Amino acid sequence: MSLPVRPIPAGFTERELMVIAAGREIRDREVVFVGMRLPLIAFAFAKRTHAPGALGLFENGIIRDRPAPATLMTMSDTPNLPGAVWSTGTREIMGLLQQGLVDMGFIGGAEIDRHGNLNTNYVGDWRRPKVRLPGSGGGSDIASLSKRFVVIMPQEKHRFRERVDFITSPGFGDGPGWRARMGLSGGGPAAVITTLAVFRFDPASAEMVLASYHPGQSVATVRAATGWDLRVAPDVRETATPTTDELAVVRDSDREGFWTR
Amino acid sequence: MTMREAVARFVPDGSVVCMGTALEAAIPFAAGHELIRQARRNLTLVGPISDILFDQLVGAGCVARIVAAWVGNVSAGLGHNYRRACEQGVPAPLAVEDHTNLTLAVALLAGSIGAPYIPTRSLLGTGLLESNPGFRSAEDPWSGRPVVLVPALTPDVAVLHVQRADAQGHAHAWGTLGVTREAALAARRVIMVAEEIRSADEILSDPNLVLAPPMKVAAVVHAPFGAFPSPLQGCYARDHEFFHRYHEETRTVEGTRAWLERWVLGVPDWDGFRSRLGAERLEAIRVKTPAPALPVDLGA
Repeated sequence: MSLPVRPIPAGFTERELMVIAAGREIRDREVVFVGMRLPLIAFAFAKRTHAPGALGLFENGIIRDRPAPATLMTMSDTPNLPGAVWSTGTREIMGLLQQGLVDMGFIGGAEIDRHGNLNTNYVGDWRRPKVRLPGSGGGSDIASLSKRFVVIMPQEKHRFRERVDFITSPGFGDGPGWRARMGLSGGGPAAVITTLAVFRFDPASAEMVLASYHPGQSVATVRAATGWDLRVAPDVRETATPTTDELAVVRDSDREGFWTR
Repeated sequence: MTMREAVARFVPDGSVVCMGTALEAAIPFAAGHELIRQARRNLTLVGPISDILFDQLVGAGCVARIVAAWVGNVSAGLGHNYRRACEQGVPAPLAVEDHTNLTLAVALLAGSIGAPYIPTRSLLGTGLLESNPGFRSAEDPWSGRPVVLVPALTPDVAVLHVQRADAQGHAHAWGTLGVTREAALAARRVIMVAEEIRSADEILSDPNLVLAPPMKVAAVVHAPFGAFPSPLQGCYARDHEFFHRYHEETRTVEGTRAWLERWVLGVPDWDGFRSRLGAERLEAIRVKTPAPALPVDLGA
């Protein structure tokens, strides 16, 4: 499920743009559920720029108030422990999440639908799946229990579906009021950051809306890569281009370019 | 005890085995490879996530059922053998009980405290309630709000890789723990695989750091680098390249066979695996700069 690496104009990669857009979603002093893959770099980026007071939670049991001293391939790499403020177990971290103490969390996805529900378990009927995906990990818990969550994923038409086959990580279900009916305590998806664009959610319809398209994309190219009749925000614009300083921080947080080049 | 003996005595065919409890760290690959060499069949594997160990055991035909939140290759992507088993029944059909990291952790917590289940507010509205029939929807008797009951997991055996243990099985584990402490208590018995064997006096100098009480530990096995290619705090880093090569080399059934032949079936034991890797490769990931914690004073 590696993301395609395509150079985009102005000397930065798609993934660098995604990591920076994801990092911008973190507010200073927030409690952030970091998880795996690109968010590892997004958290390091946010800490080193606009959110020095953010606290990062990892489901292996680690809490950090500063970025790890080396690039991480996984949250359990040995450099994620030095400088941690707490090292405990999975259930303690998940317990804090279930108490409602996590402001925002990151989730990856294989498929998403117009109400922000994610599928990372089965493509096709779960009894006879066409594709068996790796599963929830902590994604379902973050989607259910954090105050808001942000999705990072590659965008292709077959991944952006009117309705997912299987809900691993609940978004807004079938529309307004669904989360409350289910008894879900978390606030649901706040943004979706893809290889092409950034989406937000319309509170009235609980539906994903195009907020900005990345440099080199347009409303038309994003709509063409979406499996439903996508709504566009009235103030839709181009995603802010990363600054030289922002790029320098990302490149220093991912020195060999494993995640972002 | 040798790994061969521990696996032969304590992990028979059909066992429910908990492994990979520290998520991406301290994965007991040395034990997993011995299960493959001994051609175990019909195992149920339990773990929060699995970074290629479950995929290897599935590819070798050892597994009938998996109870997990995530199975794949964390830095490289999907697990090819896991996919083949789930989608095509190759090399054997595989049943999966889907969990999340929260529910797997509380299932083992319930097992560890002798409770039949623990309620959660996760899982509500998800497909996991259907794909894993073990979960039950219920109402909180006090507030009337919806909850999901997560049944206890009590594996037959947990295989845990730790930094050090004494010959009796008192073990010290630190760094990333994941669900290791819950698994050590929820399992009927534990195989401790230790990076290093120390005297009982040394280990019991800090009983706070001891992972499990004596009645849980069935065997202690000494296996240096026994968690390779996963990392072990204070000992060695993750060998990322090994995970990525596995991803490339196991795309086909034939590729998997060749991989298993080279790294598992074609060597007699874990020492043989390490020789095949070469001392240089292990030296490259060894932690070079120690960072000891402040000692504690247990003076009475």
